[in-house]
Amino acid sequence: MALRYFPMTLPRSFRAIAALIGLSAGVRAAEFSPAIVYDMGGKFDRSFNQSAYNGAEKFKKDTGIAYREFEVTNAAQREQAFTQFARRGATIIVGTGFTQASAIEKVAKQFPNVKFAIIDAVVDLPNVLSINFREQESSFLCGMAAALVSKTGKIGFVGGMDIPLIRKFGLGYAEGAKYVNSSMEVFQNMTGTTPAAWNDPTKGAELAKSQFGRGADVVFHAAGGTGLGVMQAAKDAGLLSIGCDSNQNYIHPGSVLTSAVKRVDNAVYKVFTDAKNGTWKGGQIYLGLAEQGVDFALDENNRKLITPEIEAKLDAAKADIIAGKIKVTEYKAQ
Amino acid sequence: METYTLIVLTLAATIRVATPLLLAALAGMFSERSGVVDLGLEGKMLGAAFASAAVSAVTGSAWAGLGAGVAAAVVLALLIAFATITHRGDQVVAAVAINIMVAGLGPTLALAWFNIGGQTPQLDLPGQRFLALVWPWEHVAREHPFPGLLYAELLSGHNLVVYFAAALVPFSAWVLYRTRFGLRLRAVGENPLAVDTAGISVAGLRYQAVVISGMLCGVAGTYLSTAASAGFTRDMTAGKGYLALAALIFGKWKPYPTLGACLLFAFTDALAVRLQGTPLPIVGVIPVQFILALPYVLTVLLLAGFVGKAVAPAAIGVPYSKEK
Repeated sequence: MALRYFPMTLPRSFRAIAALIGLSAGVRAAEFSPAIVYDMGGKFDRSFNQSAYNGAEKFKKDTGIAYREFEVTNAAQREQAFTQFARRGATIIVGTGFTQASAIEKVAKQFPNVKFAIIDAVVDLPNVLSINFREQESSFLCGMAAALVSKTGKIGFVGGMDIPLIRKFGLGYAEGAKYVNSSMEVFQNMTGTTPAAWNDPTKGAELAKSQFGRGADVVFHAAGGTGLGVMQAAKDAGLLSIGCDSNQNYIHPGSVLTSAVKRVDNAVYKVFTDAKNGTWKGGQIYLGLAEQGVDFALDENNRKLITPEIEAKLDAAKADIIAGKIKVTEYKAQ
Repeated sequence: METYTLIVLTLAATIRVATPLLLAALAGMFSERSGVVDLGLEGKMLGAAFASAAVSAVTGSAWAGLGAGVAAAVVLALLIAFATITHRGDQVVAAVAINIMVAGLGPTLALAWFNIGGQTPQLDLPGQRFLALVWPWEHVAREHPFPGLLYAELLSGHNLVVYFAAALVPFSAWVLYRTRFGLRLRAVGENPLAVDTAGISVAGLRYQAVVISGMLCGVAGTYLSTAASAGFTRDMTAGKGYLALAALIFGKWKPYPTLGACLLFAFTDALAVRLQGTPLPIVGVIPVQFILALPYVLTVLLLAGFVGKAVAPAAIGVPYSKEK
């Protein structure tokens, strides 16, 4: 039985496999194939990476083109992920987060014909598009909102990892608060100095509690997963928090004052679309309020917290920033 | 007055941060006193944190979560026990294997069940978490900061697990030094042959100790995910199991000194949080990096310089075999 079975089926299945390989190789060469590499927080961090994920999903929905994705869970995987995608015929690879910069730089040099995009960092190569946001501008508006609702005259900021990008949030926030009321006191804390600082909600809650203890009644986080702890602590204490990157107003409706939204989703969507249409260009772009790259979030979840007067003031300041009448300082590392 | 408030708040944070450390350190104490090295504290806590958050999210009951957390940690403890006591495997290797397994298994199961990136759903409903208990007259006490604030912040306003951990210290000391079980437990860690000669099962005692360790780790993990925060996130123990082990060694495997060590570690951590960005007299604002390194620097200094000679249980790490 077995002897008869093998000679008959083996060649046929080989042919089938060979045909499959041939087919997929042919498809690869011709078809547009986008890919995305998420950073440590994971694609469902309800913050930065999730925003990127939403952009990629929107692209898939609108065009019907599937994309490939990878969630980095330890630092050693980054370069492998980019190399694998590039080798397997990805046309454009997006890396979310500044920590991907060195991996992209290395892999982009090896694969000059593959297009890359990085968010939140600058990689100076012809086949890399570096997308940066003017987070200080949305943070400024959030700082204003916090100062406008604060009863104690004290507000807090909890950063994730202590890096210039996060200092940018903190500085813009403090400037916004002082723009409303020059005597506002702003407490600033960083969670840590390693990437683990993005994923420590217990520490985030502890930092928020320490700021509440010193009298703060609004706390803004720019700390990825750690921020969920910050927002929870604010809710537990009956105080207000401000979300970051994604619109996080829905996480604790009524306790989240607003969110400093960073339209990573739009950026990812645009990069994929441009690459598909052949209008993609390498280089550097900066997205601020004017380009609708950043904003403060207003929806039914925080409608009651942001009164029409506050909204009017925020909109006026937004217009002034766009017009250049208000200059928000960008934090620069020395 | 401001300084006084700051000190009281720092002490209150110390209590919150010390709780999981203390629970894990006491867990380790039972296991190590019986002669089984407990490097698996980290993994057992993480497993419990995941199980309790997952069950609490599904059932809506923090108590069910606690049960699941304890059960998960006990199962992991039994796995280690089976490998190291029954089969006399290497205790360090078995424990590290469990740690690595849980670190991957938690997020993987969370991803499969809840599909939100290796986290469990946020625990929002009041019954899903152990919330802070406010003691009577707490508001009245706050109006008279001294000594009212001490009452309001240090005694009142913690969750049930914190009080449980506090009560556990004298109870552990009693069990260890005043009961027959405690005597046998200490004996089996020092000289298992003598215990065996007296007709008591070495393996049986060690199994009991390891299960106790699992139960306490279960409570510690539950504290992390359903009391201190609201849900499980990847690697949320963040090395607390190892820190607890350091506290246990620093506390010379004794309940009260271990409590002291846990409080000290937690205090440096709480202090680090509060020193950030606060100008100090004379030196001014200290760089963040230095503040964040402070707990670790202090740990190294204390362990290297002040602990004196820490004498471990004599038979620790040695699998017992009758035939030897």
